[in-house]
This record gives sequence, C-alpha cells and structure tokens, in this order.
Amino acid sequence: MGFDTSLIAGFPTAFLFFIAAAILPLFPHGKIRGVFMLVVPIIAALMIWSIGFGNFAQIPFFGFDLELMRVDGLSRIFTLVFCLAAFLGNMYALHLRDTTQQVAALLYAGSAIGAALAGDLITLFFYWEGTAIASVFLIWARGTEGAFNTGMRYLIIQIGSGVVLIAGVALFFRETGSIAFERMTLGSLGTWLIFLSFGVKCAFPLMHNWLQDSYPAATVTGTVILSAFTTKLAVYALARGFAGTEILIYIGVVMTLFPIFFAEIENDLRRVLAYSLNNQLGFMVVGIGIGTEMALNGTASHAFAHILYKALLFMSVGAVLFRTGTSKASELGGLYRTMPLTAMFCLVGAASISAFPLFSGFVTKSLVLGETANAHYQWVWLALVFASAGVLSHSGIKIPFFMFFAHDSGMRPKESPRHMLIAMGITAFLCIYIGVFPQTLYAILPFEMDYQPYTMGHVVGQLQLLLFALLAFGMLMRTGIHPPEIRAVNLDTDWTYRKAAPSVIGLAARGIAVIWNAQIGFLNRHMNGMIARLNHSHGPEGRMAREWPTGAMVIAIAGLLAATMVVGFL
Amino acid sequence: MSSEAQHVALSLQDHLPVLQVLIPFLAGPLIVLLGSRTLAWPVAFIASFAAFVCSGLLLSQVMNGGFISYHIGGWAPPLGIEYRVDAANALVLLLISGISTVVLPFAKPSVADEIPQRHHTLFYATFMLCLTGLLGVVITGDAFNVFVFLEISSLSTYVLVAKGASKDRRALSAAYDYLIMGTIGATFFVIGLGLLYMATGTLNMADMADRIAALGTNRTVQAGFAFIIIGMGLKAAMFPLHHWLPNAYNYAPSAVTAFLAATATKAAIYVMLRFMFSVFQPDFVLDMGATWIIGLLAVIAMFVASFIAVFQNNFKRMLAYSSIAQIGYMLLGISMFNLNGLTATMVHLFNHGITKAALFMAVGALVLRTGTTFYDRIAGMGRVMPFTGAAVVVGGLSLIGVPGTAGFISKWVLVQAAFDNGWWWMALAIMASSLLAVIYVWRIVEALYLHAPNPEAEHQEAPLMMLGPIWIMAGACVWFGFDTELTLGTARTAAEALLAGSAGMAEIPTAAMH
Repeated sequence: MGFDTSLIAGFPTAFLFFIAAAILPLFPHGKIRGVFMLVVPIIAALMIWSIGFGNFAQIPFFGFDLELMRVDGLSRIFTLVFCLAAFLGNMYALHLRDTTQQVAALLYAGSAIGAALAGDLITLFFYWEGTAIASVFLIWARGTEGAFNTGMRYLIIQIGSGVVLIAGVALFFRETGSIAFERMTLGSLGTWLIFLSFGVKCAFPLMHNWLQDSYPAATVTGTVILSAFTTKLAVYALARGFAGTEILIYIGVVMTLFPIFFAEIENDLRRVLAYSLNNQLGFMVVGIGIGTEMALNGTASHAFAHILYKALLFMSVGAVLFRTGTSKASELGGLYRTMPLTAMFCLVGAASISAFPLFSGFVTKSLVLGETANAHYQWVWLALVFASAGVLSHSGIKIPFFMFFAHDSGMRPKESPRHMLIAMGITAFLCIYIGVFPQTLYAILPFEMDYQPYTMGHVVGQLQLLLFALLAFGMLMRTGIHPPEIRAVNLDTDWTYRKAAPSVIGLAARGIAVIWNAQIGFLNRHMNGMIARLNHSHGPEGRMAREWPTGAMVIAIAGLLAATMVVGFL
Repeated sequence: MSSEAQHVALSLQDHLPVLQVLIPFLAGPLIVLLGSRTLAWPVAFIASFAAFVCSGLLLSQVMNGGFISYHIGGWAPPLGIEYRVDAANALVLLLISGISTVVLPFAKPSVADEIPQRHHTLFYATFMLCLTGLLGVVITGDAFNVFVFLEISSLSTYVLVAKGASKDRRALSAAYDYLIMGTIGATFFVIGLGLLYMATGTLNMADMADRIAALGTNRTVQAGFAFIIIGMGLKAAMFPLHHWLPNAYNYAPSAVTAFLAATATKAAIYVMLRFMFSVFQPDFVLDMGATWIIGLLAVIAMFVASFIAVFQNNFKRMLAYSSIAQIGYMLLGISMFNLNGLTATMVHLFNHGITKAALFMAVGALVLRTGTTFYDRIAGMGRVMPFTGAAVVVGGLSLIGVPGTAGFISKWVLVQAAFDNGWWWMALAIMASSLLAVIYVWRIVEALYLHAPNPEAEHQEAPLMMLGPIWIMAGACVWFGFDTELTLGTARTAAEALLAGSAGMAEIPTAAMH
C-alpha cells in the first residue's frame, strides 16, 4: 500500500506503544514529549491502515502459537478508533507534567489495541490484564485517599475479570483443543466463564458498579482516556466471540434502561456520563445479540461514534472541572458566559449522543434500531426507543443545561486551555463530519453494506421523538417554575435523589450493613484467631519453625526410613 | 557407531564430559598452590566459566534425546567408571555451572565484605571443590562415584557454611548440624548402595538397572531403595528432613547461600530421579509405594514451609523456608508419576534455581549496605537501592509463579500434570500454596518499599559487580518465562527418557568414547 509493509508486518502494533512508554521518560517535560505522545498513535493508526488484512506476527509460546496481529474488518475499526481516542486523549492532556499518567496512558492504549488484535485467547488474556493494570494508575494519579480506595476496588474487579477469563480459556482449551479466538457458543462452563469475564468488563447489569465508581474518581484527563478503552474492548470481544447470542439482546436492553433513572437523579455530572456510558453500551450489546452482519456493523459504528462523542462530553465536563474544581450539577450553572467554546462543543457532544440528525449518533444508532426492527424484536425496539429518549434527557439536556445554563452560579471561570479546546474541536468536528458524511464511516465497517440513514422515515421519526422529549422537558419546567425560579425544578428532582431515594436506599443499606458487619465480624474474629494460631505454630518462635536438636533430626530420619520400608515391604 | 568406538578420540570436543569435572577439580588445588589472593578469584572464575561452556556444549548435543557415554581412562563399563550425559543431567549441569559462573562475580565484593581476607584463597578453592562435587554427582553414571562426589561437595559445603562465622558465630553450629545430618544422609546413601551391590554385584547404573530388573522381588533391593531415597531426601531437604537447611542457608555467607540454594538441593533431586527411574524401574517405585510417601510429604512441605515463610521476619530465612516449599513442588512432580509431572520437576528445578539465585544475591546486596537481613532493618531499602529492590520484585513474582516469569511455566506444567492424573484437588492445593507465596513475597515488598529507609544503613545502590549478576538472574527469570524452548523442551526430553526406565538408558548413544 503506502509503503513497504513487509518491514512492519511482523511487528505488533501494541509493542509500539510499549516501547514508546519505555522511552518516554527520557524526553524532557514539555513540547517534545507532548509531540511524542501525539505521534505514537498516528504511527500506530498508519501501521494498521497500511498493513492490510491478514494474520501477522505469530510467536510460539509454550507449545501454542500466539497470534499477535489479526487484522480484519472488525479488529481494524476498533483499533483505529482506539488510536484516534489515544491521540485525542493525549492532546487533551497536553498540559500534564506527570510521567506516571503519560506512561500509563500509552501502556493502556497499547494493551487495548493489542487485545483487539489478538488472534488467540491467551494473547487476549495478557493484554486484558494489561489494560487493567495500566489504567488503574490513571485513577491513582489523582492522589486522594478516596481515589486510592476506588482504584483498589477497580483493580480487584478488573484483575478478577482476567482471572475468570484465563480459567474459562483453560477449560475451553481442554474441551476443544484450540485457543483460537473465534465465535463461540455458550453452553459449557468454559465458554460461560469467558462470557462472564467479558461481561464484567462490559459492565453488564449488576456487574456495572466499578464503572460509576471509578470513572468519576479518575483525574480530569484520566477519565477521558478511561472512557474510551476498557468497555469498548469488551464490546469488541463480545462481538468477536459471542455474536448472535440471544441472551445478549436482553442484557443489552436492561443496560440501556436501568442507567436512565440513576443518571436522572445523579448530581455529579461525570457520574451521569458514566451511567449514560452504560446505556450506550446497551445499544452495542443488543446489536451483538442480534448478530447479523448489519447489526454488527451497527455495533462497530456505534462504538466508533460513541468513543468520540463520549470523549467529547467527558472532555467538556473535565474542562469545567479543571477550571472550577467541581463537576456537581447543583454547584454549576451559567458558565456559557465565559466558556462559550466549551459550551458549544458540549452541545455538539450532547446532540451526537442524543442522535440528532446530522450528528454522528444518528447515523450509527439507526443501524442498530433498524436491525432490531428487521429481526422482529418489537418489544426490544420499543425499549430502545424509550432509552433513546432517556439519553436525550440525561445526557443531551441535563449535562449542558446544568453546566452552562440553568441558574447562574456566579462563577466566571476562564475559557478552557487552548490544547483542550483543540482536542474538543477536533472531536466535535469528527462528530459532525460522521453525521453529515456517514458513508466515510460505513466504508471501514467490518461488513459491506448499502445503507442510507437519511430517509424520510428515519429523520422524521427521530425528530418526532426528540422534539416530543424536548417538549416534555419544557413542559415540566414550565409547570414546575410557576412562582419561583428554576430552582423549583432542582428542588423537585433534588427531593427524589436527595431525600426519597437515599432514605429507601439508606434503609436497605443499613439492613445490608448489619448483615455484612456481622459477617465481617465473624470472619475477623475467626480469621484473627486462625492467624494467631498459625503464628503460634508456624511463627519464628513456633513449633514448626523451631530449630531441632541434632538428635531429634536423626530420629526423624530413622522414623521416615522405617515408614518407607514398612510401606515398601507391605 | 561401532567404527567410531574403535578409533581413539583425541579432539577436545570428545573429552567434554571429563573436562566438565576436571577443570574445576584442578582449579581448586591450583588456587591453593598459587597462594595468591589476587589470582584466586580469576582462576576460579575462568574455571567456572570453562565448565559452563562445557555444559552448554554437552547440552546442545543431547537436548533432543540420546546420550553421551564417556569411559574414564578407556576402561569400558561396567568395570570402568562411566560418565553419562543425557538431557536430564545436561540441564542440571548447565544450571550448576551457570549459577556458579554468575555467582562468582557477585561473590567478589560480597566475600570481601563478609569473610576475613586471610581466608579468601581457601574460600575460592573450597568453592571450586564444591562445584566439582556437584558437577560430578550429576554427570557420573557410576553409582559409587555418585557417593564420592557427593562427599566432595558436602565436605566443602560444610566449610563454606562455616565461613559465615566471622559475621555470626552461629554459622559454626549450623555447619555442625549440617555436617552431622549430611553425613547421616550420605551414610544412608552408601548403605543403600552397599545393599544393591550385594544383590547385583555391580556399581554401574545401567548395568545395575538390568540386573535389578532380572532379580524380581528382592528384600535387599527394596531396603536399598528405602535407604537411597531417604539419604537423598535429606540432601534435597525433603520435609521433614529439612531442619539443617534454614540455619545453614541463613548463617552461610551470602554468595555461598546463593550458590547452594540454587544448586545443591537440585543435584540431590536429580540423583533421586535418576535412581528412581533409571536404576530402579518405574514399576518398582510404584510397588514400593514411594510416590505416596513423597507426594504426601511434598504437599505438607508446600503448606507448612510456606506458612513458616509467611511469618518470618528475616528475609534470608524466609527464602530458606520458601525453598523447602518449592522443593515440595519438585517432589510433587515426581509423585505425579506422569510425563508432565516429571517435566515439571525438571523445569522447576531449573527455574527455581535461577529465581532463588537472583533473590539470594539481592539479599547479599542488602547485607552489604545494611549488614543484616531482618525486615525492620532493611525497611525502605527498595527506595534507596532501586535496582536491587526491582530485582527482588522480579524474583518474587517468579517465586509466586506470575505469568511472564519462569516460575509460572513450571507451575503451569505441574498443574497440567495434576489434571492428567485427574487430581483436580491437587491443582487447587498448588494454587492455594501459591497464594501463600503471594503473602510472603508481599511482606518483603512492603518492607522494602512502604517504610521509611533505615537511617543507620548505608544509603547507596549496590556495586555494579553485584548488580550485574543479580540482573542477569532476574532477567533470566523473565526470559525463561517466555522462551521455553531450552527449559521446557529439554525437560520434556529428559522426562520421556526417565519414564522409559532403564530402557531410557539403553538406547543408542549419540557418541561413545574411550
């Protein structure tokens, strides 16, 4: 293609990032290092783009042949968007003077790309753990004790997912004798374990808490990077391994629905975004569950667009957090006066996630929705439409409204730093570009298709949905704000999430806490007792570790000899 | 082949098996005769390096199967003494000579720090004798010759351990205990040989194997078997015959501990394997119920010794107990009695050797700067000595068996062996004991990194002469975690030959020399 590919064909793209991470500390802080951080993802993307389809870089490991570079339609689009996200994230983080975060970001992106290119399950496992370990440093980098604890919880869950994965792979290998990472059918324990480990990373319902726990706890720039890789890697893995698995459709529907309510009542805007991330993943998971070529295209394209607009939203909230020190809806408002560009980019992101026509979300989401209807899942389709309206409400309106408009908080922060604006500008441009020229994105999808998102039916249907949702929001505001100001809306929603929900949850929490504490207390008492007893017997002064007199040692030998003889002669 | 046996081989290449032992054997007296403190170390190092080259060349000839039979002085076995190299002992030879070659540069600053100057020449001479003994034990195909070399290595080991006395007088009582126990072990071994000689009338291993097979059930042979296994079990620190080990390792000079921990017990394990499978037949071993005894003791060792290691507050002693637990894994591999099990034993023997060499050398570096190995005194030194600390972490990961390190490879094969036998509970036990390793490794990492550095210690990284060897070994821990061609491939060849029983010894040799 562009240049001689034989030279780079055997070189795994992930290693490029690892080498870059290794030599990064050699560069002085500042411009050179910043440029270096930006160049690496570009080279990686060129590599993947020019190498063509095929399997490259096999290495023998332990009797297995590991496939380090499987480039096909599915892995290409995911790795390309990972490179893009790494580029944008690094651009956004250009002001950082923290080697740990920079190295972690490179390792994290490299691991995610390596995992998406893995042709076998063992390679996948190595990179799977790699993403877990590298990313936790983005959380720890915040330096607070809360962030440390959150990071610890995050790490345990992520590593746990890897452990489940390798257990599943081992069983799968015993069953089939193959470690190739291809489509599997659920059935045996091995495949279920693999499915479960993907599910943990994909934040399936009831396994999702790590996401809302950790993403808002990371650094301003860390969250942007975190939001791109881990969950989308899981989506990729599901699309590769479990396309057409029907249970995914229902899991996906639940994923789209339940976060809406949490997102509506959440005050921390970064956490709102974390919930809406979950909701967006649901659309992709439904696409995988349907499993037709068109649906998988929908999933891949939605992941592509989603990484961009979600990053854009996290960037804008991050920029506000960077300037004001808070991301709480109740403390923000009216910032459009001094941060007009950030506000504009945020609106682009909001329009994209809400799937307004001419924005990226529209052209990708309609693919998934269309396939759901084609496959005759009417109820699923209805649920997804309802979820779409929910997205509009909590991400499309709530984020920009409370941050930049609503009541005036009185804060007059400076506009975001220039590199953040550039990063947001590029992302916003891409969101619109994809929305206007969807065929560019469609061309690199895993499967060829002929699809036209801008039909009368689609556009009108979507606009109806969006406008009615807007109308509903407006009506609520109108009726809610009769005598007092906007505050009433706040108070109204406030009450549900400040008073009612907490009191119900608090009651449950107290109940659970009682049981939990009793259990922990029981364990503590018995564990402590056990450890004390072990220390008594095995500690430095204990029976087992004590030095024996020479005579006792000799008796031990004689005894053992006698025992061996008796066993042998019998 | 027969025409080859006729001609008198003169090339150096053909004499490799005897050179392997002869070079260090002559280097010992040479050091004493030269009597020069400055020349002692270079002579020792050159001899050790030459031995390493020999073992590398030998391994390259046999790693794909077959064996080399070398007749000392041209006397054909079974009357003459035969050196016999196959995949199993070539790997152990490589380990022993390799470790000694890496440890010697480390020993130079460490010995200068820990042993009075007037003992230096004798120290290196003894070190060479110890190396000779260990290599001889492994290479020889003559049963009595094993005993002779065993005594050479043991006697020199007692002296080496006692050299720690200038730092801590308790080294003397440790050496004394080791002497008593080691002598009893060697005596048991020679009694066992005597019994076998009585029953078979030969001392050549291959010949002995044939005659034992012809004898059928024989009480004398059975008694001989029990004596040999227990005698070697003691040398290998099989639980509960391990009590000499913690003190000997703890009070010996750092360089000695690093060398012994990585080689001495491994040689004993090898001899055990050789006798169990090549001299006695696999079926005989099963009849004797030896696998049950060894397996049971191995599992107890894995847990008891690990628990003791968890509660230790002395780095060196902790590693000593962890060695006992790790020897449990090797014995467990034997007791599995299948291809993967023996492969695991062979490969763990090698991988654990390099891991422990790295860790004990790192201990030596810490001793150089802090003068002690107690957790509270080496606290925070990881920050002051970043390279040494990082090597401890790498070695610790390999000790746990984290993927990407050598330790993982051997544990993985061991778990596979457990599954081959359908012992899934044993696989769980292996995992559980690995968790104990996580705890004791974490304790040392915590001590090294999560405390303020000890203000009394010298705040300086270890000299390059120490860091080089430490990192060669730490690097090897990672290298052999990925490149398993050498270790796993050779170990598998060795295990296949061992499981074939004496048939494994009787196939056509790659080369027969006079």
